[in-house]
Amino acid sequence: MNMLQENNWLLSVGTFLPLLGVVVLLLTPKASDQMVKLVALVTSIATLAVGVYTALKFDFDQAEKLQFVADAKWISVIKSSYLIGVDGISLPLYLLSMIITLLVVIYSLDHVPSPGKPKAFFSLLLVLQTGMAGTFIAQDLILFFVFFELVLLPMFFLIGVWGGEQRQYASIKFFLYTMFGSALMLVAFLALFFKTGAESFSIPYLIENGGSIAKNIQIWIFAGMFVGFAVKVPMFPFHTWLPDAHTQAPTQGSVILAAILLKLGTYGFVRIALPILPDAAREWAPYIGGLAVIGIIYGALGCLAQTDMKRLIAFSSVAHMGFVMLGISTLTSFGVNAAMFGMVAHGLITGMLFFIAGSVKERYHTLEISKLGGMLTAMPRLGWIFGFCAMASLGLPGLAGFWGEFPAILSAYNPAEGLNETVFRVFMVIAALGTVLAAAYLLWMFQRIAFGTAKNSSSHDHSHSDDLHDVTTFEWIAWTPLLLGILVLGILPNLLFSVFDPAVQITLSAFGG
Amino acid sequence: MQTLNIFAAQWVAPTIDYFGLAPELVLAGGLCLVLMLDLFIDERKKWMLTAITSFTLLAAMVPVLMLALSETEVRTMFDGRYVVDNFSLVMKAVFLLAGYVVVLLSSSHIEEGEYWRGEYWFLLLTSLLGMLMMASSRDLVSIFVALEFLSIPAYMLAAWRKRDPKSNEAGVKYFLLGVFASAVMLYGMSLMYGVANSTLLTEIGAKITATGEFSAVHALAVVFVVVGFAFKVSAVPFHTWAPDTYEGAPTPVTAFLSVASKAAGFVALVVLLYTAFPLAQDIWQPFIWVLSALTMTIGNVLALKQHNIVRMIAYSSISQGGFVLMPLAVAGLAGSGTTALRSVVLYMIVYAATNLGVFAIILAVANKTRSGEISSYGGLFSYAPTLGVLMTLFLASLAGIPPLGGWIAKFVAFQSLIQSQSTWGYALAFVGAVNSVVAFGYYGNVMREIWMRPVPDSDTTLISVPGSLKLALVITAGATLVFGILPGVGLQFADLAEIAGAIIR
Repeated sequence: MNMLQENNWLLSVGTFLPLLGVVVLLLTPKASDQMVKLVALVTSIATLAVGVYTALKFDFDQAEKLQFVADAKWISVIKSSYLIGVDGISLPLYLLSMIITLLVVIYSLDHVPSPGKPKAFFSLLLVLQTGMAGTFIAQDLILFFVFFELVLLPMFFLIGVWGGEQRQYASIKFFLYTMFGSALMLVAFLALFFKTGAESFSIPYLIENGGSIAKNIQIWIFAGMFVGFAVKVPMFPFHTWLPDAHTQAPTQGSVILAAILLKLGTYGFVRIALPILPDAAREWAPYIGGLAVIGIIYGALGCLAQTDMKRLIAFSSVAHMGFVMLGISTLTSFGVNAAMFGMVAHGLITGMLFFIAGSVKERYHTLEISKLGGMLTAMPRLGWIFGFCAMASLGLPGLAGFWGEFPAILSAYNPAEGLNETVFRVFMVIAALGTVLAAAYLLWMFQRIAFGTAKNSSSHDHSHSDDLHDVTTFEWIAWTPLLLGILVLGILPNLLFSVFDPAVQITLSAFGG
Repeated sequence: MQTLNIFAAQWVAPTIDYFGLAPELVLAGGLCLVLMLDLFIDERKKWMLTAITSFTLLAAMVPVLMLALSETEVRTMFDGRYVVDNFSLVMKAVFLLAGYVVVLLSSSHIEEGEYWRGEYWFLLLTSLLGMLMMASSRDLVSIFVALEFLSIPAYMLAAWRKRDPKSNEAGVKYFLLGVFASAVMLYGMSLMYGVANSTLLTEIGAKITATGEFSAVHALAVVFVVVGFAFKVSAVPFHTWAPDTYEGAPTPVTAFLSVASKAAGFVALVVLLYTAFPLAQDIWQPFIWVLSALTMTIGNVLALKQHNIVRMIAYSSISQGGFVLMPLAVAGLAGSGTTALRSVVLYMIVYAATNLGVFAIILAVANKTRSGEISSYGGLFSYAPTLGVLMTLFLASLAGIPPLGGWIAKFVAFQSLIQSQSTWGYALAFVGAVNSVVAFGYYGNVMREIWMRPVPDSDTTLISVPGSLKLALVITAGATLVFGILPGVGLQFADLAEIAGAIIR
């Protein structure tokens, strides 16, 4: 695979710039809260600026190639190097992580959750950003692993310190689940390394040589990776950390978790597991597809049973990631393109829904759906934004959600060569039923929260009635890009598909397109 | 009488390579100086002893560095009974630096209360001298002498607070079980001498290699020697002394025992396995496999239940010992020998830096809270953010989370297991993977106290950290971060370490 090496400093700068902000924060012990916020804001704007510049320099005609490739010595003793680069698959996710972090920082300017401590809060957000961006650019398994793990501790503290009442339980649960997955993943990476002749951990090298491993060994190595990535996605039955983590996390944590962290898992499947171990992927595909549709139905039923708005959105993530995994399990470029689109769309939409949930919590001081109501009369703008996002989430054509969900279902009609068509068509039917359920739970939630008369708590507690103000300036600034993104990608999906497609084609060349 | 004269006439003094012995000589000189000065100087000037001790340790680093840079790769003395090779130099550097950090940890601690400073430093230096000798010993007798040399002062150090029953208990338990272990080991060594007719490790190795067959006596000898060292490195089921000793001993001594003394045990174990009975791997590999799996699992499970921070760290260090042993369980298989050695050495380097850092924090926090309970760490982040963050980093490193030192140590251990491509290797890797997750249960628990729990009694008086502890924290935190972000630095030293005359490659 040939690579383009021009401007190869760009990715390192974009990835590690947030750490510079952290260092500045740490070196100014007596910084005022305003100062801390300013540093965090400037850092994340600068990071995004580097990201945008990267995108401008990106050669979209050669999106299938790794670009801005840098290869430096890192741990030569174990043959791991600092090999980074982006192609059409990673670039959108890399940018998305920067956008989301900036928006979260903007949102946090006047929403630092209790118990305050803005310095620690923003530092952790910035460290998190480095971990996320690094995972998307790493082209070496060990480097990937380090970045993949780097996000754990900041998220652990974001949930555990700034979260809801059950935060300590939720944060430990999140950590233990993910760590268990990544421990097995690491063992799988090592096995892969030795089975390919102990030459290199570089992903392009392993893609060339991984296919030669005997099939039964591939299946075991894939199993290790599967656990690591599936916990992160999360796929049924490894999903149980997700509702707790989402519900307890502060708004900012939920947004980042939904928008980026979950994608690390699905990205791992597309970038690492599928192309390196094609034979094992073919064996595993029906089971992955099966778990994916179970996740779709289970997540939807879970949603219907929830009484807490945030928990409901969390369960809807399980269902949505089920669609993404169904697309991946078809092993076709059509399906994986849909999955990639689904990742970005889910990031925008569910990220936005969590923002709204945060604002609802702030205004009503509860997320119990039965205690909410009449949002459209009390706060029409917030209500309409909520409605817009609910429609996008249920896959309304014309909005971004549609292009993740519909093609994923469609791709199951015709899975890659060697996969059982009947099985996948059954999956397709079940997944299609899942969209009906999705419409049911989202519309039902919208109806209960937005319609009816305003049930604000003012009747018995006057002090709260002032809280029911409509969307604030900071919220507008943080939300507009997401809302625009949902709309634009819904109308012009080809903007993204054309970036993904060449890289996806190359990645899946082992499966015959 | 006449025959004796003939022998005396024939006896030629062995040539001694004074350059090769320089680190030991510097240390020996320093400890004599400390002992002498202690007799004569005024109580108010006793701080000089601290300075001399730390100066001695740093001075001993100079010949270690010069030896490492010198042309001669391997220096042997006394017919190969005392060897200065890269392995021993790396380990000597680890011992000296760990010793230096322990001095930093102790200096403020022993200045308060009824301590006998001169003797404390003397015993510490003596024990370190024994460790340096251990790193170079390649003979059953010199290994045994070095072992006693490092252990006996350590028994006394553990019982240092002599009016505190817990400290006495610590010393007595350590002493009784240590002596018992020595006896077992000595029995194994005597059997080995009986079989091989030599105490020189390479000759024992050659004898066993020559026949390639093992009788029951071989097996017994090997197992007894390994059991002896299993006590030293507190491997389960020979770990029972460790928690009580660690809890009762003065905290800086605990730091010393859990890092340097443990490392010395591993050094001797590795030397024995690699040079004395490399081809007896069918005997020791399964044995070490079981030891390793038990050690990390039981150490972890018991650590989960602890309320006292030092006791928790004691069990954690038992469990970490299991991870050090892990690669040795496949060290005899083709191709795994070198990586297993690298892994053990790297693990000890990283573990030394991290665990000493943990103890530095424990000492700093205990200055204020006067408590060893984990709950006394509640809300540490809110009133002492630097200490809170540093403790988090150290614990994360112990848990093996990138990008902190611990991850590369665990990674290399897994690497050598999987490199063996044997079922046993894979199985142990799985056990290790599960255990590294379980371990986060108790490390995460302390993090939770630091970050998420309220301050007990709302007592948020600032913690004043003495300068020496600050320096210790800077050294250990710096090392923990550098080893994690640029693992090549640590690996480079570990990779150099090659035991001269080792048969396993």
